[in-house]
Amino acid sequence: MTVQTERPPSGPADVRKADDTGPGRPKPRAASRAGALAPYLLLLPACAATVLLLGWPLLKDLLLSFQNLNMAQLIQHVTEWNGFDNYKEVLTGEDFWRVTLRSILFTAVNVVLTMVLGALTGLLLARLGKRMRLTLLIGLVLAWAMPVVAATTVYQWLFAQRFGVVNWVLDKLGWHSMADYSWTSSQMSTFFVVTLLIVWMSVPFVAINLYAATTTIPGELYEAAALDGAGAWRSFTTVTLPFLRPFLYATTFLEIIWIFKAFVQVFTFNGGGPDRLTEILPVYAYVEGVGNQHYGMGAAIAVLTILIMLGLTAYYLRIVLKQEEDEL
Amino acid sequence: MKRSLFGRVWPNATAVVVFIACVFPVYWMFATALKPTGDIIAENPVWFPTNITFEHFRTATDADHFWTYVRNSLTVTGLAVVFSLLIALAGSFALARMRFKGRRGFVIGFMLAQMAPWEVMVIAIYMIVRDASMLNSLVPLTAFYMMMILPFTILTLRGFVAAVPKELEESAMVDGCTRAQAFRRVILPLLAPGLMSTSMFGFITAWNEFPLVLVLSKESGGAQTLPLWLSSFQTQFGNDWGATMAASSLFAIPILILFVFLQRRAVSGLTAGAVKG
Repeated sequence: MTVQTERPPSGPADVRKADDTGPGRPKPRAASRAGALAPYLLLLPACAATVLLLGWPLLKDLLLSFQNLNMAQLIQHVTEWNGFDNYKEVLTGEDFWRVTLRSILFTAVNVVLTMVLGALTGLLLARLGKRMRLTLLIGLVLAWAMPVVAATTVYQWLFAQRFGVVNWVLDKLGWHSMADYSWTSSQMSTFFVVTLLIVWMSVPFVAINLYAATTTIPGELYEAAALDGAGAWRSFTTVTLPFLRPFLYATTFLEIIWIFKAFVQVFTFNGGGPDRLTEILPVYAYVEGVGNQHYGMGAAIAVLTILIMLGLTAYYLRIVLKQEEDEL
Repeated sequence: MKRSLFGRVWPNATAVVVFIACVFPVYWMFATALKPTGDIIAENPVWFPTNITFEHFRTATDADHFWTYVRNSLTVTGLAVVFSLLIALAGSFALARMRFKGRRGFVIGFMLAQMAPWEVMVIAIYMIVRDASMLNSLVPLTAFYMMMILPFTILTLRGFVAAVPKELEESAMVDGCTRAQAFRRVILPLLAPGLMSTSMFGFITAWNEFPLVLVLSKESGGAQTLPLWLSSFQTQFGNDWGATMAASSLFAIPILILFVFLQRRAVSGLTAGAVKG
């Protein structure tokens, strides 16, 4: 990895400075060597935990994906290697590609909606008066704070076939065929509710983050823009937007990563149903692997999903690191 | 710059609409939980509960094993938070205060770890835990929840440690403290708000975790936690939406309260920490 350039990599420089002026000047070299080791010792528990509890499962996933591991092998505790068979089966089958495409579309729709609504809400927060802003912030935080499983359960109730408040409203608005509509009965209606749920849960994070970013824009920039004769729209595109761009990039990628693996919402709302039509990649891996007990296959799907996510994450990290360059 | 009447009204009007959209599901959860069943299964919804009843809460808490799951959730979450704080304190101090080869690499590593796709790793974790004969136990849950929140804890605490002025620590050492003493007597007390908010976020993550416990704890009444209980509650209780919403409320209340605290105390700290965008 990169070596930092500012100071020699031999222990904390500040301590050395203190030592130099202190009485015990000819400190033994062993002390400074121990000082050089100290950061690694301090990081040791964290690194050990990461290797054991994160690295090992990732490796295990890779190993499992090269095994023929179904119910029989699981019970008998036998390891049957089958090379790339799982990958061949997954990649040549239709299902995987269909689910991948579905996942990408699902993520795209959710992220676009979340970002647009979140950004607009963030800008709205910046424009509101103090009291109204606080009220809206409280509302956003409430939605943000709702635990995923609880939120999904509440949405099941809101969209319940009988006595669900959404169906009642639609019926009253004149859409009478919706009075007893079952939202879990079709692919699109399930996705509709799940999308609504995800957007509802994700907008607050984007809005609050973006609002916080707007508060860091120096007011002089707007004054300068106004002096140059810029109207509201122009000062928005020349001052606000360039300033917010890094925040927008970072939050967009975070949302992509989060929504791509939105297992809980999809799984608890309708179990990937009806007819497995709303399975996205993480749910697909779970249903194939744990549900249908094709553990090797499930592991292969998981590895492929992780590869996709790694690409997304790497891109996000590049953005974040560019922002933090000076700090590291 | 004076704004037209329309220019002044629409932001507030939009804000009201957004506010209602945000709050309504949460409100409806509590409202349903507090309404008598007759008002829940009414042809026309009862928008404001007038005859408040706690009967649904009683149904939820009387459900099989409810208190076992509460205890499990608290144990697993609490231990995960404490362990990750201890491990992260040491690591974040090194990352924030010391200069050494590979520091940047460690930071990037933890950033990557923070994005770990736990949802897709459940199959591998299931196999590992099964091979260790630890299915239906709280131990693996605690360990993996600890790991889930560890990278975030380290990165956030690193920001908090960096924010403590170096001079304080130095002057303590000039006064004869060792580095460890300086850390314990000077930095640690100043870190309290940081520790607080970091642990709250860790608590929230671990409290909400669902996919892993779904795979690892199949035995009901065993090592299951509240999210799993809640997700199966509706199937068990059929269409008893009052009880289901009461269960949801019971599960959500601790988190909602924590968020209120977080807003007050920790937002400033967090903006200085890892969530700086």
